[in-house]
Amino acid sequence: MVPTSDSGGDPAKCPRPHPGAPGFVDGLPQPPFTERHEALRREIRAFVEAELRPHADEWEAARWFPNTVFEQLAARGWLGLKYGPDADWVADAVFAEELARSASGGLAAGVGAHTSIATPPIAKFGTPSQQERWLAPAIRGEKIGALAITEPDAGSDVAGARTRGVRVDGGWLVNGAKTFITNGVRADFYVTAVRTRDEPGHGSLSFLVIEKGEGVAATKLEKLGWHASDTGEIAFADVFVPGEHLLGEEGRGFYLIMANFQWERLLMALGAIGSMRAGLERAIPRLAGRGQAARHAIAELATTATASAAITHHALRRFLDGGDAVREVTMAKLATQRASFDLHDRLLSLLGPDAELERAARDSRLGPIGGGTDEIMKEILGRTMGL
Amino acid sequence: MAATDVLKPDHAGSRKHFIFTDEHQQLRESIHNFVVKELRPHAEEWEETTFPNWVFPRMGELGFLGLTYPEEYGGQGGDYYCALVLAEEMTNANCGGLGMGIAVHTDMATPPIHLFGTEQQKQDYLVPAIKGAKIACLGITEPDAGSDVAAIKTRARKDGDEYVINGSKTYITNGHRADFIVLVTKTDDAAGYDGFTLFIVDMDLPGVIREKKLQKMGMHASDTALLAFDDVRVPESAVLGQVGKGFYHIMWELQGERMIGAAGAVAAAQNVFDRTLQYAQERHAFGRPISKFQVTRFKFAEMATKIETARQMVYTTAWRFANGEYPVREISMAKLYASRIACEVADECIQIHGGAGYMKEYNVERVWRDLRLNRIGAGTDEVMLEVIGKSYGL
Repeated sequence: MVPTSDSGGDPAKCPRPHPGAPGFVDGLPQPPFTERHEALRREIRAFVEAELRPHADEWEAARWFPNTVFEQLAARGWLGLKYGPDADWVADAVFAEELARSASGGLAAGVGAHTSIATPPIAKFGTPSQQERWLAPAIRGEKIGALAITEPDAGSDVAGARTRGVRVDGGWLVNGAKTFITNGVRADFYVTAVRTRDEPGHGSLSFLVIEKGEGVAATKLEKLGWHASDTGEIAFADVFVPGEHLLGEEGRGFYLIMANFQWERLLMALGAIGSMRAGLERAIPRLAGRGQAARHAIAELATTATASAAITHHALRRFLDGGDAVREVTMAKLATQRASFDLHDRLLSLLGPDAELERAARDSRLGPIGGGTDEIMKEILGRTMGL
Repeated sequence: MAATDVLKPDHAGSRKHFIFTDEHQQLRESIHNFVVKELRPHAEEWEETTFPNWVFPRMGELGFLGLTYPEEYGGQGGDYYCALVLAEEMTNANCGGLGMGIAVHTDMATPPIHLFGTEQQKQDYLVPAIKGAKIACLGITEPDAGSDVAAIKTRARKDGDEYVINGSKTYITNGHRADFIVLVTKTDDAAGYDGFTLFIVDMDLPGVIREKKLQKMGMHASDTALLAFDDVRVPESAVLGQVGKGFYHIMWELQGERMIGAAGAVAAAQNVFDRTLQYAQERHAFGRPISKFQVTRFKFAEMATKIETARQMVYTTAWRFANGEYPVREISMAKLYASRIACEVADECIQIHGGAGYMKEYNVERVWRDLRLNRIGAGTDEVMLEVIGKSYGL
């Protein structure tokens, strides 16, 4: 029945995926991951641990991570994993999990916003010349992108966006404001949701790529966490946007948002897994000898992390299938974000002051809010069940 | 594509999981049809009487008792996932005790015979068990040794070319109806974990006493026994596996038992969830279906997420098991998580049903009672946490 017959049922003689180490992915790589992805994982992990994580405290204090990080990542090809002839979304998923090990939610957010939020719409809906202009330099780490949807009065309710683009000769004149924009200050271009007609609702939303320049002003927001990331409020005052900056079709912006939400939410779930694993790996060795309550606490949290990985990788497989993965992706986001915060909060209680864990707790608190709140996830799931 | 297309309903049932093939799907359908047609109609009745023995030969005839066993013993030669399919589909009988009785036979008592047994033992016990001609039970727990398996006191003493067995076993599923028991005994007090030995004991031997039918909170369709062994003499050929290796053999068995328990818990939770979802759309209160209340919708969203998460833990862990790993940690996690969420889901489903959920008629309170066992049997939640915690060196 089960191929452990040569072991005689003796655990000591059975293949052990976990030879006592607190690693989480040392068994056989499970679909959709392959040996090749695990090799990439090791490579990314080594880089993140050596080149990024040591700077986490410094960048946190500076409220900024340097733009050279984009160049370093681009040099290794990691900003374009899911683009081009060798596109591999699974590799990008590995990148998302491992970037969480930078111990800086702000850095992971900034890079993630670039690779997985701002650039996918250009890859998916952009013309070749649009891709040449924004996507190619973004993959090379030369230009930094941001996605600008949320407004001061329209958050999870994206159909309520009011930033207005008025038709003028050769393009649009854009006025309005966007907020909570990751990479908002450092971005070279903003993939921006703009209302290009007067009707309310989502039928008049379009996407324009707005480059930094005259009439575009960004200010940095102070936050609970994600300090290394520049979260911006962007004001557009009579910004002229050329017609060829329209992404996809006019009035089809809502579809673009919805299409991208799935990967964004998946990315957040993947990041939460990486972050939970890293937190546990940091905590476990320090809890040796602390007794049964600590042992059980870790067992509970490790189960949470494993459960999170199970539902997230299921969502990832469904997403890769190419079909409708709304249900699974929504579940993955809902299952992982609060779980990640709770895990880090609990680790803090177990371990006491620890800069990395404290930061992880603050950083992960955004999870149940960003990319659609937990409540929005439940609404979507209710709808998938016909409720 | 409009927003409504993006958000169209998809219950994921239409697409296969990577561990399953079309053959699994066919098997699922045939078990499902059998369960719904021949078992489910009797669920209420069997709750009072326990389920009848004819279920075994009937399922044997259909091939469902030997799904994962080789064809040379009358099995179907299927892979490990077939066992999951059976455990999942049996929950559609709406009769937790029935599913448990069958699972003890197919996935707890007989796997050690297949893996550790001699050819003669396989012919004498596995072959008839697969046919449903002999019913199996498994004896681990004792009045003074539950989760703490190492504390068992049932002794098997060597006497010439025989063993003499004395002791008692309790909470034995199928204990009253079984034809044989796979019994965990101690054969060497001084040898610690290396002092245990398994035996296959015919239940009609002199000295085997089926003491009493235990009354339970749930799983009423299943017979649960307290057994006594009073100078039961068995030949050496009754030893199952290696003398002194019984503890390891049974620890291996428990891994499969926990997997199947977890799979069953998830499927049972899905079953009561589906029925409750339908109820919530039909039941009106304050002028609308109760499913139209946001808090009800949120409860379903949370439950669906928990169930799918548990299911994925079970499937991905089963994949490791089937690929030759011995993933004790993941199995423990899947068992812990699935058992807990199944209880939570059952409780929430009672809540959504309100007064109706408290009544027997809707068969929600039964699920609630039946599932409570999952957090205790095959190793309690606390034992799972110990296993998981210790796997990290804590």
